[in-house]
Amino acid sequence: MDRKTPLYDVHEKLGGKIVPFGGYLLPVQYGTGVITEHMAVRTKAGLFDVSHMGELMFEGPDAVSNIQHLCTTDISSMTDGQVRYGMMCNEKGGIVDDLVICRMKADKYMLVVNAGNHEKDADWVTGHLTGDVKYKDISESVAQIALQGPRAETILRKLCGEESIPLRYYHFVEFGEINTEPRRINALISRTGYTGERGFELYCDPKDAVDLWNALLMEGEADGLIPCGLGARDTLRLEASMPLYGHEMNDDISPVEAGLPCRLDGKDFLGKQAIIDRGSPDIRRVGLKITGRGIAREQCPVLDRDGRKIGWVSSGTFCPFLGYAAAMAYIPSDGYEPGTEVAVDVRGRLIEAVIVDLPFYNMNR
Amino acid sequence: MNIPEELKYSKTHEWVKMLDETTCEIGITDFAQSELGDLVFINLPKVGDKVKAGDIFCDVESVKAVSDVISPVSGTVFAVNETLIDAPQKLNEDPFGAWIARMEGISSTDELMDAAEYKTFCAAEEA
Repeated sequence: MDRKTPLYDVHEKLGGKIVPFGGYLLPVQYGTGVITEHMAVRTKAGLFDVSHMGELMFEGPDAVSNIQHLCTTDISSMTDGQVRYGMMCNEKGGIVDDLVICRMKADKYMLVVNAGNHEKDADWVTGHLTGDVKYKDISESVAQIALQGPRAETILRKLCGEESIPLRYYHFVEFGEINTEPRRINALISRTGYTGERGFELYCDPKDAVDLWNALLMEGEADGLIPCGLGARDTLRLEASMPLYGHEMNDDISPVEAGLPCRLDGKDFLGKQAIIDRGSPDIRRVGLKITGRGIAREQCPVLDRDGRKIGWVSSGTFCPFLGYAAAMAYIPSDGYEPGTEVAVDVRGRLIEAVIVDLPFYNMNR
Repeated sequence: MNIPEELKYSKTHEWVKMLDETTCEIGITDFAQSELGDLVFINLPKVGDKVKAGDIFCDVESVKAVSDVISPVSGTVFAVNETLIDAPQKLNEDPFGAWIARMEGISSTDELMDAAEYKTFCAAEEA
């Protein structure tokens, strides 16, 4: 039985087309459509309901040691209000999930995990906890809204004082205050996102989600802010070459194969030795620019010029801002440099593509 | 939901406009384009293709997925709308103006729905 986020009724009223995703019912798009929503985020601003994400709290004397053990990232040098990206790996060196780690205090952290892996991650974590740590899954008591785009900060500044807005990328203000009439809403305001644009993610009490959403939408209307659904979320992240669990990552693929940050010469973590033992990776993640007509989608085989299968597509779509179809794929580590022409088998048709460097899109353009 | 009175409709959301007794124009309906979302590619049928009613005769691709377009009648394709190749979004913007193919020697259209029947059909699909 799929669940509703606190903003479900709002989405319906706004004309959202509701679909099941990660155990929740969320809008894939609104009347505006995926392309318009995508372009809004690239040129003005977009608002996303991301309440389906999971939030896991770690507190106490052994919070750090547990997170150090579970995650690839070294958190020992983090400061209060900082965010780091990382992964949890399994004993084979594959990826359990990717996540961000928010440090509130030296002994208090919030891990934000993918909705689709929520239960799996919670089970994984509880199965590996040691020592004096207070672990709590607070997902049910956290709603999350993402405000993304070049105008995101302008919009937020209309509703918040300076002290509520994190100065630097990958930092957050834990007790931010948003001035909505007639009351103030508290939210953790993080300068992070999954669109490849500047912007913020706001974590608040579910009771405040509707008022926060409406306040942002109203305040941002003059700047071109529109609500955006999961469809645009996917085209945006893919255009920015950001990986998605279940596509670029899974229980078998290692961080090294995925080309994701993972130090093997630093602190220990679960799965580190297995990754080292895998040795030099046989496969690597690359970008494909589709030069033929059509869209290469996940699981499509990638073929070399002689028609031999050399890999597979992990994600693919049409990238509205760039104006071409793009895909991420796994191919052999050696050979096949950027510029190599390949073909993708799309439902029996061979469509030409060329290997390109990632990212496809960079916000500093 | 726009449903022009003078057209005929299939259960798979294609429309048929009779040009004369044995030739017609075919496209996808407003309901179809709304369901499909923003269209970014179309693979048109080829002039000369002989098609039976119920056959897949071309496909359209949105950001989300590829969808087959089913021929609502049997006949031979004698013209395709090449302007759609570079501007597939016309199918979204003007579904009843953006014809996909013209066919000749067509079979009867008795099996197809009229506007009122199609309206009821769509309402049932939405429910």
